[in-house]
Amino acid sequence: MTDQHGPPSGFLRTHVFSLDHKVIGKQYLDLALIAVVIGMVLSWLMRFHLGFPTTPVPGLGTVAPNGAAGGIMTPELYLSLMTMHGTIMVFFVLTTAPFAGFGNFVLPLQVGAPDMAFPRFNMMSFWVTCLALLVLLAAFFVPEGPPISGWTAYAPLSALGKDAGPGLGTGQTLWAVSIAIFCIGQLLGSLNFIATTLDLRTRGMTFSRLPFSTWAWFITSVMALIAFSVLLPACIMLILDRVAGTSFFIPGGLVVSDRLQPHEGGSPLLWQHLFWFFGHPEVYIAIVPGFGIISQILPVFARKPLLGPKVLIACLVAIGFLSYTVWGHHMFLSGMNPVSATLFSVPTLVITIPATIIVLLWIGTVYGARLRLTTPALFCLGFISVFVSGGISGFFLAQPSIDTYLHGTYFVVGHFHFVMGVAAMFGIFAATYFWFPKMFGRMMNEKLGKLHFILTLVGVYCIFMPMHYLGLAGNIRRYSAFTDDYMKGSLPLHRFITIAALFTGAVQLIFFFNLVWSRWRGPKSPVNPWEATTLEWSVPSPPPFDNFAGHPPEVTHGPNEYGVKGPAADYVMQAAPVPPAAT
Amino acid sequence: MPAPSAARTGVWVGIAAIAMSFAAYTSALMVRQDGAPDWQHFRLPPILYLNTVVLLASSGTLLLARRRGVAWVGLTLGLGLLFLGGQLFAWKQLAAQGLYLSTTPGSSFFYVFTVLHALHLLGGIVALGYIMRRMRAAPEGTPLGALGAVSLYWHFMGVLWLYLLVLLAVRL
Repeated sequence: MTDQHGPPSGFLRTHVFSLDHKVIGKQYLDLALIAVVIGMVLSWLMRFHLGFPTTPVPGLGTVAPNGAAGGIMTPELYLSLMTMHGTIMVFFVLTTAPFAGFGNFVLPLQVGAPDMAFPRFNMMSFWVTCLALLVLLAAFFVPEGPPISGWTAYAPLSALGKDAGPGLGTGQTLWAVSIAIFCIGQLLGSLNFIATTLDLRTRGMTFSRLPFSTWAWFITSVMALIAFSVLLPACIMLILDRVAGTSFFIPGGLVVSDRLQPHEGGSPLLWQHLFWFFGHPEVYIAIVPGFGIISQILPVFARKPLLGPKVLIACLVAIGFLSYTVWGHHMFLSGMNPVSATLFSVPTLVITIPATIIVLLWIGTVYGARLRLTTPALFCLGFISVFVSGGISGFFLAQPSIDTYLHGTYFVVGHFHFVMGVAAMFGIFAATYFWFPKMFGRMMNEKLGKLHFILTLVGVYCIFMPMHYLGLAGNIRRYSAFTDDYMKGSLPLHRFITIAALFTGAVQLIFFFNLVWSRWRGPKSPVNPWEATTLEWSVPSPPPFDNFAGHPPEVTHGPNEYGVKGPAADYVMQAAPVPPAAT
Repeated sequence: MPAPSAARTGVWVGIAAIAMSFAAYTSALMVRQDGAPDWQHFRLPPILYLNTVVLLASSGTLLLARRRGVAWVGLTLGLGLLFLGGQLFAWKQLAAQGLYLSTTPGSSFFYVFTVLHALHLLGGIVALGYIMRRMRAAPEGTPLGALGAVSLYWHFMGVLWLYLLVLLAVRL
């Protein structure tokens, strides 16, 4: 039973409560766009305070009279902004855009399906995620403001309620409820991705002919299914600790704010284990779609087949599996048994092997190619650059002995922003410039795209590279300012990073302008502007609501046939008819 | 062999997710109980064993429904509701002993496990109702793929309950 549907009728069914995977994909991307703007503004406020701790921010005192009287933020407000920045970016940008957004739009097209396997679940998945964002943002509007416990919400800080500090009352409850709702949305989404990939492939679309991006979304959805199935129970227990008086995560004998907390016997480490069992795979949920996107896009512009396609798939599967064995490396400082630390350190180092192989495959693909340097190709190269830069610092952090020194410093901030944040963002940018013509039937402006790329690349290196030096120098993270302590000497570098962050943020206006302008004014896009092989490029731009207009294609070729003698060009489409054997 | 339908795949994937979440609760139970000074054992309400028989019987009636038709799906649904009623009775019994959600860590886990199982079973009951509507509308003797998918889910609910019963009986 696949729950198929006819053409949409009426505004609500077409644009709002749509069952069409393409509309739902775009809705996810719009949601991510709204979220990323909020997340970025929060980071500007934090960066501004770090760089210029005594300069008031105009208007901030009016918006947050308690947290920033006179426009200068308190450490508590800084922490609440940090919590919301991390939560919004990790969940509502890095998960929704590359996985739920582009996956929804492209995956059914690439496997030759008319829609997802369960369109109603798909619609629910989006609206549940939307609700989760609204619940999270509501934390800004409760009297005490958003929580201050970070995006990881470590217990008992996150579990105690009001006594533990500002924002840890209603704000923290809203946080936990929001994330629990988000889990449900992503579980429904993963269910759809898996069933669609397994059961709705068109004739001839064997697993060996599956496009790399679809492979990556499929593997990601398996990871997401397992990861969010663990985060949901963790959130439910956190909510019960907060509102129902249970003691899952709260130990006994805690005196907080001069009050003996009425809890006993809970385990704060339990929260960390459950959270990071989700949290580490989450890092890969954010980045593996990027791996797939880059592997899909790079050969298109290199006009060469991707090197080692089977090796790539094997590496993606290995990463998916290994991502469940490394969560303890986030907890080297949590008082875990040193033997366990070593046990977690080994797979952490092992997982770098498949990741390195994937990077080498990309470099091998580009090597000797006559690369068409379009904007999506540039962002692919940028992805490789920032992923390598961020990945190398991971080698250091994987050793418990070195991590002990670096864990609490800006070294870690630089590391994860590069490898997870910026790399995933570059994947999102590459995918946007690449699939925009298919989504809207118009091309994005190449000149603006290239300008956006160059300035963003320079900008992110100026922001995150110096953080590694700060970390090595012992600059602690999570502090709101370094005005009167031993880190005072780091202020000029912080100031430089702040200016770079404001600059890089401003550069994104070029991208926004390009998005909006090209949507209505860009030149009309042909069916296959990039001369790519996969099925989505064989249907009109934008595709009709049922994708293949009732005529599912028959796939005869793999996705990797570039640099070959095709019927008209140097590539063969996946659904190209097989010519009768030459006699 | 025909390719499995997406509905069946969907149920299998759902089962994987539910199994994973109960594995997470189980690991939480192990960690929480390990050396906890405040752990108090209590006797499970005996009605749970009667409920178990009811739930297993409902799996049996659902197996028969494949050949004997919609009335047996209805019987399954009825037995499912009876099970939920029995669980409600068990919660009332515990509450009468003064054991609430937050009373002891054991009672916390008891309520979490049983309430979540009941909620998942409620989903199965809704699905059975949907199947009954579909079966009534379809002409006699039409094979219904969705019945197989929902049966799979229902049997899994039975297996999950057996697992939980053993876990709770051993641990609490």
